Amino acid sequence: MPEPLIYDLSSPGRRGVTLPEVDVPLADLPGGLTRDDLPLPEVSEIDVVRHFVRLSQLNHAIDTGFYPLGSCTMKYNPKINEDMARLGGFAYTHPLQDPATVQGNLALMYSLQEWLKEIGGFAAVSLQPAAGAHGELTGILILRAYHRWRGEARRTKILIPDSAHGTNPASTAMAGMQVVELPSDARGNVDLAALKAACDDTVAGLMLTNPNTLGLFEEHVLEVAAQVHECGGLLYGDGANMNALLGVVRPGDLGFDVLHFNLHKTFSTPHGGGGPGSGPVGVAPALVDFLPGPVVEIVDPGDDDQAPLYGLVMPKRSIGRVKAFHGHFGMHVRAFTYMRMHGKRGLRAVADHAVLNANYLRARLRGTYHVPFDRICMHEFVAEGRWEDAPGVRALDVSKRLMDFGFHPPTNYFPLIVHEALMIEPTETESRETLDRFVEAMEAIAAEARRDPEVLHTAPHKTPFGRLDEVKAAKDLVLCCRPAWLEEKSTA
Amino acid sequence: MNVPQDLKYTKNDEWIRVEGDLGTIGITDYAQEQLSDIVFVEATLAVGESGAKGGTCATVESVKAAAEVYLPVGGTVTKINEELPKSPEKINQDPYGAAWILQIRIADPSELGGLLDAAAYEAYCRERAS
Amino acid sequence: MAYLPHTDEDRRLMLQAIGVARLDDLYEAVPAVHRFPELDLPDAISELEVAAELQALAEANLDVRHNACFLGAGAYHHFIPSVVDAILRRGEFYTAYTPYQPEVSQGTLQATFEYQSLICNLTGMDVSNASHYDGATALAEAVILALNHHRGKRHKVILSPAVHPHYRETVRTYMQGLDLQIVGDEDPRRDAAELARRIDGDTAMVAVQYPDFFGTIVDFTALGQAAHTAGALLCVVVNPLALGLLKPPSAFDADVVVGDGQPLGIPLSYGGPHLGLFTTKQEYVRKMAGRLVGETVDSRGQRGYVLTLTPREQHIRREKATSNICTNVALMALASAVYLSVTGRQGLRRVAELCYHKAHYAAAEIARLPGFRLWNQGAFFHEFVVACPRPVPEINEHLLEHEILGGYDLGQVHPSLAGHMLLAVTEMNTKDEIDDLVAGLEEATHA
Repeated sequence: MPEPLIYDLSSPGRRGVTLPEVDVPLADLPGGLTRDDLPLPEVSEIDVVRHFVRLSQLNHAIDTGFYPLGSCTMKYNPKINEDMARLGGFAYTHPLQDPATVQGNLALMYSLQEWLKEIGGFAAVSLQPAAGAHGELTGILILRAYHRWRGEARRTKILIPDSAHGTNPASTAMAGMQVVELPSDARGNVDLAALKAACDDTVAGLMLTNPNTLGLFEEHVLEVAAQVHECGGLLYGDGANMNALLGVVRPGDLGFDVLHFNLHKTFSTPHGGGGPGSGPVGVAPALVDFLPGPVVEIVDPGDDDQAPLYGLVMPKRSIGRVKAFHGHFGMHVRAFTYMRMHGKRGLRAVADHAVLNANYLRARLRGTYHVPFDRICMHEFVAEGRWEDAPGVRALDVSKRLMDFGFHPPTNYFPLIVHEALMIEPTETESRETLDRFVEAMEAIAAEARRDPEVLHTAPHKTPFGRLDEVKAAKDLVLCCRPAWLEEKSTA
Repeated sequence: MNVPQDLKYTKNDEWIRVEGDLGTIGITDYAQEQLSDIVFVEATLAVGESGAKGGTCATVESVKAAAEVYLPVGGTVTKINEELPKSPEKINQDPYGAAWILQIRIADPSELGGLLDAAAYEAYCRERAS
Repeated sequence: MAYLPHTDEDRRLMLQAIGVARLDDLYEAVPAVHRFPELDLPDAISELEVAAELQALAEANLDVRHNACFLGAGAYHHFIPSVVDAILRRGEFYTAYTPYQPEVSQGTLQATFEYQSLICNLTGMDVSNASHYDGATALAEAVILALNHHRGKRHKVILSPAVHPHYRETVRTYMQGLDLQIVGDEDPRRDAAELARRIDGDTAMVAVQYPDFFGTIVDFTALGQAAHTAGALLCVVVNPLALGLLKPPSAFDADVVVGDGQPLGIPLSYGGPHLGLFTTKQEYVRKMAGRLVGETVDSRGQRGYVLTLTPREQHIRREKATSNICTNVALMALASAVYLSVTGRQGLRRVAELCYHKAHYAAAEIARLPGFRLWNQGAFFHEFVVACPRPVPEINEHLLEHEILGGYDLGQVHPSLAGHMLLAVTEMNTKDEIDDLVAGLEEATHA
């Protein structure tokens, strides 16, 4: 049964939170600039709590069940992260306080920068970008600024594989650069011949996701890097899939010049229903000066008696700031906590078990679902949600039916190069028992697809809501509700 | 799949009905099937504005895709179908009739020679489907 | 190993099913020369030890619980009702993903729809997106919207010098690859009337702030008319909390209203995550960046919510997308929805009034001190500027000795404002704290 809207729970005169009285003399209000009324709800505190608690109960989340969304890395979000981010000494600091008064914050950010440098094989890191796509835009702007500084403004092209996440070309376009799409070869790698043909002195760089969106480690990554560098371009890495690489290989060592990390994927900061995330960017030595700022640096090394002094510094040739203040500090605290809980061996174990879990699922499902690129995968793999002898059944139907078994579906219809794609990423925090139950559900659905496809077409049946009418939502656009009593008033 | 014989077609799935020096433009049955339920359509050129062959003249959106509609040949806009944005689903129902998007005065009739006739367009669609 | 459920037996069975002998065999495709680097990272510690380590770092900071805060400039110390975090800590909300499968995400979807509604009703605008990273990036996206609206035919944007400096810097960063002139913010002493004079047929958008960076409240009706006459868009950057008291920017016929929702129940958290607000008139809905949640029905006839107009977005339109934004700050949007719900019509007005009256009391008392002068010409909300008799850093150093965090040194924004301090007062400042601030300022002139 649908939960009423918060406005429907409103009653004139009801009060929620209590507030103090004004304890100073009253000043005159600014004439002509005050509002007549305020169209916000009036709800008692218990009703607010019940409303949002009931809403929360309509969600599937990592805390309720398996969530194998490919490319999202839905690993367990440790509760200690939440406690640490809420420590008063962190949560109650103002971003514009004198750096001398927030040395704890700056020391934490500095350590995080250093550890990401180490994990990625980079010379410097900025923690400022707020999400992966934000990091991508940052990275492309860095490439652009670098080439212009070297007198090569003609380099306006960014090469992007057809398997890339949509944010890659979108970020490129936002930076005012030109997208050139590269095909993948039959094994899901970048087509080397196509790459060679596309590389010339108008190319600023190549954006590469490795492992790629098929979950496969780019088999010719060293050749790809060499080819791009040979024509004077730089290699941008989309670090969304870092979960497979922690302690296994460093993108910087492979030739990546700039890469964004997703703290909300690889480093366990929670997804929050769509953010906040955090997308730090790491760069090779040649690009250090171009990072967005400010970044944290040691401004006074101190000595045996004196701790080092940290400060906020704008890199010499910075592309500028990409948001207000310093980045999503609350997520920095969480990622820092995560890294301290894991250490270098723990992070390697994360990668090992992410890759183990994905290959286990692949091995157990490949007989029932076609896996187009069927070789050892990294932390995720792509299967097809369709069968020749079950015409009309599509990945969408499989996904909707999975919800009846208590699982969140895998990512649908991405990457675009696989038909009816189901991108499955279990992550390392899932047990073998969970994976086995998932396999059973997937096998049951495959059988239903032949025996009783209608059950799939009309799924889900056991969730609080059935399939939602997306056509109606787009045609009869209703994007906000205005309470009836507001409509009656003439002006706000 | 419906491919009227009296129209000309482009590889981007636009059709054009030529009457004298006027051309009426829309998107094909194949296109509407690919896009599925269409929820929005908007001409991006105003009456009196000119565009070159291949220039964007409209945008079409469904729940799963958004596509540009390009001018099959260059010309100046003479009429826009004002009824269509109110019921975009007409593109799914009647792509060649009620769902015409706009009409242009054709600038250079020789450009029509570069378009596909019904048979060629049909073959092109079959080729893509395989 | 933390959070890994695997036993040796699990690993053995799984490797067997896969058909490899050892875990390392799974990395055949990784170039051997670079495989398995020795990472120079500290070893793992237990949760107990981690908590102690983080606590020590947190205690190495001064914070606004222990020091009276009069520092604002885009981030504010406000009261956060206990209900807000109680809801944010529900695992069903914070460990969920973007609601791509609406049947199992109605919690996030409806909460977002309610957030969109609350923000629309607060700002007077027609549509709100599901959030942007912060006010600065929301302003940058507003510029992109204006450029797209004019189909790339206009190449100038006018920014008021009274828009937050970080916001203006962010706009310039975002625009550096595009052919665009950004003018108007060279001198903070220029006012709205002067901005209006610079609008011409090449202007895509005029952006102002309300209340502005210096706290001043300006009526932008005339500026809005000037912009629209020239075919340019009017964008207003707001402090949503001020809208508990002030008339909404829709009254100026604003086309786009952006801002930061941090004052609405979101912790300072050293600058992030905060909350980017992005709202527009109905006619720009398809050019909006970010997620939109729309109302619909399900197969059982129930009212429900879905992400809609998704073809505008990066995962479908790719390089033709309205923006590249994917992950936004959904949980912070939820926080503000809970805050606005539990504070409500009367509560938000009260908070705004508390801020207003306390700030005016502080300003009046400070203006009486010899050597201090109120800089703002017109009405102000909860921030104001004072010209000081000594350099601002010296005054703040003195204040800190009395556990007071002084205001922002505006010399960092423009040389003409050296020696000027931007002070913010909120409902968190008691009268005693304000009196202590005044006493501290007076002492600082003698010290």
